[in-house]
Amino acid sequence: MPKININGQEIEFEKGMTVLQACELAHVEIPRFCYHEKLSIAGNCRMCLVEMEKSSKPIASCAMPAVEGMNIKTNTAFVEKARKGVMEFLLANHPLDCPVCDQGGECDLQDQSMFYGIDKSRFVENKRQVKEKYMGPLIKTQMTRCIHCTRCVRFATEVAGVPEICAIGRGENMEITTYLEKAMESELSANVIDLCPVGALTSKPYAFEARPWELKKTESIDVMDAVGSNIRVDSYNWEVKRILPRLNNEINEEWISDKTRYSCDGLLKQRLDAPYIKKDNRLQKSSWEEAIDLVFNKIKAINSNEIAGHIGDMVNLENALAFKKLFKILNSNNIEFREKKFYVNSSEKINYLFNSSIRGIEDSDLILLIGTNPRHEATMLNARIRKAYVQKKTPIFSIGNPGDLTYDYTILGNKSDDIKKILNKEVEFSKKLLSSKKPIIIIGESTLSLKSGKYIFEEVKNFLNKNNFIKKDWNALNFLPQNASTVGLIDLKILSKENEKDYSFFKKLNNSEFKLLYLLGSDNLEFKKNNEFIIYQGSHGDRGAEIADVVLPSPAYTEQNGLYENLEGRIQECKKASYPIGEALEDWKIFNLIIKKLNKTEDLSTFNLLRKEVLNSIPNFSKLNELPVYKDSFNKNNETNFISDDILIKELDYFYTNSISRASKTMSECRQITRSSKKTGTDN
Amino acid sequence: MLKPEDKIFTNLYNELGWEIDNSIKRNDWKETKNIISKGREWIINEVKTSELRGRGGAGFSTGLKWSFAPKEVGSRPHYLVINADESEPGTCKDRDILRFEPQKLIEGCFIAGYAVNAHICYIYIRGEYLNEGKRLQEAINQAYKKNFLGKNACGSGWDFDIHIHYGAGAYICGEETALLESMEGNKGQPRLKPPFPALVGLYGCPTIVNNVETIAVVPTILRRGGKWFASIGKPKNTGTKIFCISGNVNSPCNVEEEMGISLKELIEKYAGGVVGGWENLQAVIPGGSSMPLLSKKICDKITMDFDSLIENKSGLGTAGIVVINKDQDIVSCMARIARFYKHESCGQCTPCREGSGWMWRILDRVAKRKATFRDIDLLSDVTKQIEGHTICAFGEGSAWPVQGLLRHFRKEIESRCREEPLIKKKIDNPYLVDQHLLENKNA
Amino acid sequence: MSLKQVHSEQPKEFKFSNENLIKAEEILKRYPEKNRKSAVMPFLYLAQRQNNNWIPLAALKYIAKYLSMPYISVYEIATFYTMYNLAPVGKHFVQVCTTTPCLIRGADKIVKLCKEKISPNENKLSKDGICSWMEVECLGACVSAPMIQINDDYYEDLDEKSTIEILDSLIKDKPLKPGSYRGRKNTAPEKKQLKNGENYA
Ligand SMILES: Cc1cc2nc3c(=O)[nH]c(=O)nc-3n(C[C@H](O)[C@H](O)[C@H](O)COP(=O)(O)O)c2cc1C
Ligand code: SF4
Ligand code: FES
Repeated sequence: MPKININGQEIEFEKGMTVLQACELAHVEIPRFCYHEKLSIAGNCRMCLVEMEKSSKPIASCAMPAVEGMNIKTNTAFVEKARKGVMEFLLANHPLDCPVCDQGGECDLQDQSMFYGIDKSRFVENKRQVKEKYMGPLIKTQMTRCIHCTRCVRFATEVAGVPEICAIGRGENMEITTYLEKAMESELSANVIDLCPVGALTSKPYAFEARPWELKKTESIDVMDAVGSNIRVDSYNWEVKRILPRLNNEINEEWISDKTRYSCDGLLKQRLDAPYIKKDNRLQKSSWEEAIDLVFNKIKAINSNEIAGHIGDMVNLENALAFKKLFKILNSNNIEFREKKFYVNSSEKINYLFNSSIRGIEDSDLILLIGTNPRHEATMLNARIRKAYVQKKTPIFSIGNPGDLTYDYTILGNKSDDIKKILNKEVEFSKKLLSSKKPIIIIGESTLSLKSGKYIFEEVKNFLNKNNFIKKDWNALNFLPQNASTVGLIDLKILSKENEKDYSFFKKLNNSEFKLLYLLGSDNLEFKKNNEFIIYQGSHGDRGAEIADVVLPSPAYTEQNGLYENLEGRIQECKKASYPIGEALEDWKIFNLIIKKLNKTEDLSTFNLLRKEVLNSIPNFSKLNELPVYKDSFNKNNETNFISDDILIKELDYFYTNSISRASKTMSECRQITRSSKKTGTDN
Repeated sequence: MLKPEDKIFTNLYNELGWEIDNSIKRNDWKETKNIISKGREWIINEVKTSELRGRGGAGFSTGLKWSFAPKEVGSRPHYLVINADESEPGTCKDRDILRFEPQKLIEGCFIAGYAVNAHICYIYIRGEYLNEGKRLQEAINQAYKKNFLGKNACGSGWDFDIHIHYGAGAYICGEETALLESMEGNKGQPRLKPPFPALVGLYGCPTIVNNVETIAVVPTILRRGGKWFASIGKPKNTGTKIFCISGNVNSPCNVEEEMGISLKELIEKYAGGVVGGWENLQAVIPGGSSMPLLSKKICDKITMDFDSLIENKSGLGTAGIVVINKDQDIVSCMARIARFYKHESCGQCTPCREGSGWMWRILDRVAKRKATFRDIDLLSDVTKQIEGHTICAFGEGSAWPVQGLLRHFRKEIESRCREEPLIKKKIDNPYLVDQHLLENKNA
Repeated sequence: MSLKQVHSEQPKEFKFSNENLIKAEEILKRYPEKNRKSAVMPFLYLAQRQNNNWIPLAALKYIAKYLSMPYISVYEIATFYTMYNLAPVGKHFVQVCTTTPCLIRGADKIVKLCKEKISPNENKLSKDGICSWMEVECLGACVSAPMIQINDDYYEDLDEKSTIEILDSLIKDKPLKPGSYRGRKNTAPEKKQLKNGENYA
């Protein structure tokens, strides 16, 4: 490897690195504003100047490619003087209004000026004033503070794929703005808040809520979709004040979706704080005792095969397992977690995973979407596809029309027949697919819920298997689930064999064969309520609680520990960041209350035991946070029948997919705005 | 003193007609095919022998620049781009070439294009030169008609096309990478270097950017030999150069002269002398506004070439000579130049964006006698904080003139400053306020 | 340069005229197929010319669509370059160069005359609405200083007298001929020697 000399220290670096990156290898810190690992290099802030031998001028280390034998110095008076000069310029027209700025305490400019600032301003002219810009309900602007690093501009065009922020004008009058000041149409827009090194773009919903040093920071996992983005939950007392992304290059890199970030105000609203019982057609507060008594009596009175349970989209593995155990005690097989019928084949693990892995998307040389809109179903995964599209020019194809995905793709057809043709090598595209080295085929839930869902999935798998695309080093078969709980619940074998195959749960549900329906955090199950007695256990007074006869309050995902398995099969831990509201109890504790009542005290569980059991029952499990172990596919040739179908992609109400986001004021504002901009058409 | 027969631009004032037939009479397009047939190596070597240095401001060896272009055309085509964005205050030489000697430029483009393996040449003309552009287009059309351009241009076997691209009022687009950005349909903001345009330029392809005058002298050099060109002027500062003499002289003009001619001779002989006589001279900006000015003492004996001007802490730049006599307020003159740079900064990098306006504001206060002694050091610091810290050479271009002023006229500045007042009043500077009110105008 | 403000009254629609459509296609041929974007500057000129010397927002959108660029990039470009007018200017648009080479030969007097004769403020239409003026940076005709540009043409070697002449007849909608107003041949040195520069503006 080539070597570079930094402050007298020889260091090896990889080809293609910049001087700044090489300095980082040598643990030499370089101040910067415009440089960001995940964005293109702008080199415009000039804060990262270093001294290079044989150059009379200091060089911008972020933009200078490292070359064998370079001699870099970062600690000389020359460098310090240069940086001080730049800092003075940056501060010249900056309002210096730290006391009223939300960025205070986590502001790059503030931090750097501790090292390179002068205590007294020499700029006596009038400061430049810049009007505030409207950038939608999420982003608060204070453009006078802007230092023109253009990180936001680069993020919007490069990562988010919506070139809607730009710098207009020129010279000292250059201003960052959105096109004629309208909200940014992206699910990633709020990441510019994290990117902005100063307080020019701050979080609107979080405005003046807290100072960073007052907050308790908990590293956790997001459950808004199946991606499992890594997040940091900042809480003040029991209130979750904000959610920020945590760097994980395997999953979400440095970004999170707006939904992940801003649903958190939904954690404060519509909360179930005590058990409720329906009396006189109205839910009324009750005590735990009373509620559990009622549940117990109902269970006793109803036949076990008329008892059913449904697990919701954000339930963690421990609670789900406890629920399964409860149902075993109740002797009922009727548990389900799917919100609608879709084909699941749990016989081997690769059947329900995103096997290529999110990072693998970048290595791929061809991507085929079958009936899925990754932009809404897995926003961060979509960002990765876009990255591949932008950086590697990976060609992308789709069957079915998912609409604007922030990148260009070719629609190959709209029918299951089109898939058949590809698999039978009747079309040009088959050749392309076969000649690719690392293809990715992504099958969405919309496809699997079709009549032809089984055919499509099994035949695609057969095809890939036959052509050697399902191997240890590359697995092209991918399923894209929509809910955080889905993959884990398949692993926990929540579905009975017959239910998995014949959708017996849905059949019975629709035939009103159930007398008791236990909804565990389940708000998205669509059915007509008949005479079922409904127990709703969850955190929010949402659709489930609305139809319930008994409501048992339990904590939301930020208020209890728990494991989730993301769509790649990674088990990650969601951590408790605040306390459950009111009298709410962890789900497994509630089950224990019922079990106790049933006098089966030997079956009581503890959280640690549950966790152990969960980890033991996950097939192919390797380690926390890691991909599962690959096992070769047996590919029992499943009999399938071809059915001609239209591949329709079910539109998600993106900002309203779960009970938390439905309770969030911010999400409903976002939804409003997208709707109104849709109404006026794209012709803005 | 340039001999009449050594003049290259014989029609600089359009006394002989610009049309192609007239210029063929003046030896343009003579033996072009023959020159091409001698091959790239020969052409580049001959240009190297001539020691021709770029006329766009930086004075970089043209032959050397051409030799940076990849020898073989790879997967990407090569481009030749001509920089006709002449916006440096004090400079208007390219305009006359575009108007009156277009065939010299066109022929030069063809030869240079061949030498650097380019089939396509773009000429980037500043938007204000609309009429000059139209004239050039006419000239190009005439050349096409004679088959000097197009497929198998000049019968040489080399296909060559020229297109014109207009700028739209941005000085920074004269910087070569900003020019390329502008051509690609972006804002004209300079690129980070490396990579240099010779390898990654227009549309990511190898691109050679040259000034109009540089290219227009090439055909004559190749016809008369590099040695001939090198014999004019001084070593390393060879050939002829068009000087633009403006400001307080009796008859401002453009004139082609030998490199290394003395400044005094230029002014007295061609420009009719300084208004009010040589003794009335206050300062001279020797190479367009970016170059530090010279005090009268230096002007007395300076010669106009790259190296001797550098020795005197200035530069030949574009050879736009602005003469300032003692009737002028030197600080106001330089404040106006600072305002030019403030107006033209592209706004990309911090030192230039924030510093250029700051310099102007301080100078403006000095000119209005509202500055304090402290401001002088501050001004000097600001120029030093800009210089060398920016993405492109605009930073130097804006800092140097102010440094020149500080160097030669510090006394003058000091005489207008006062002590820091003990009780400070809010500075009420209408000019500055105006600036912020500009927003209300429909600008 | 202060930030350009877009005009408050905007036409709803903009389309290239047939004639300009043909020109636009011609322009596109100059650039490689993949780099249509390069045509954005010439297109903005076409739009400006078609719409009385200023570019409405609708035209920015139209051009963005035409070249499949994001709207915002076109907007960026239109605000970056000074020659694109985003608000109406006079039918006779006077641009006075006031950079140092012109300044020291009396550009300030021309500005004063413009204020008197056209309108007291830059970029405000004159009373009859056919002229407006603006200060600009170096127009690249420094040896012919002071000078002004009226629409496309340069008026050079001015002094107070000739400026008054030019402006007076401009206001009457009768523009005079462009070129040098000292009767010299282009940028050639003048034979006539002036002792005290009394002929300057
Ligand atoms: C701020 C700035 C403005 C410039 N303006 C011009 C210009 O108007 N015309 C020009 O030919 N070169 C200009 N240059 C120089 C070009 O960057 C480049 O050096 C030149 O076009 C190279 O041509 P040459 O080698 O023939 O001189 C400018 C440079 C800078 C830094
Ligand atoms: S030095 Fe000035 S003109 Fe050059 S890139 Fe920086 S801001 Fe732009
Ligand atoms: S970090 Fe290098 S210039 Fe901004």
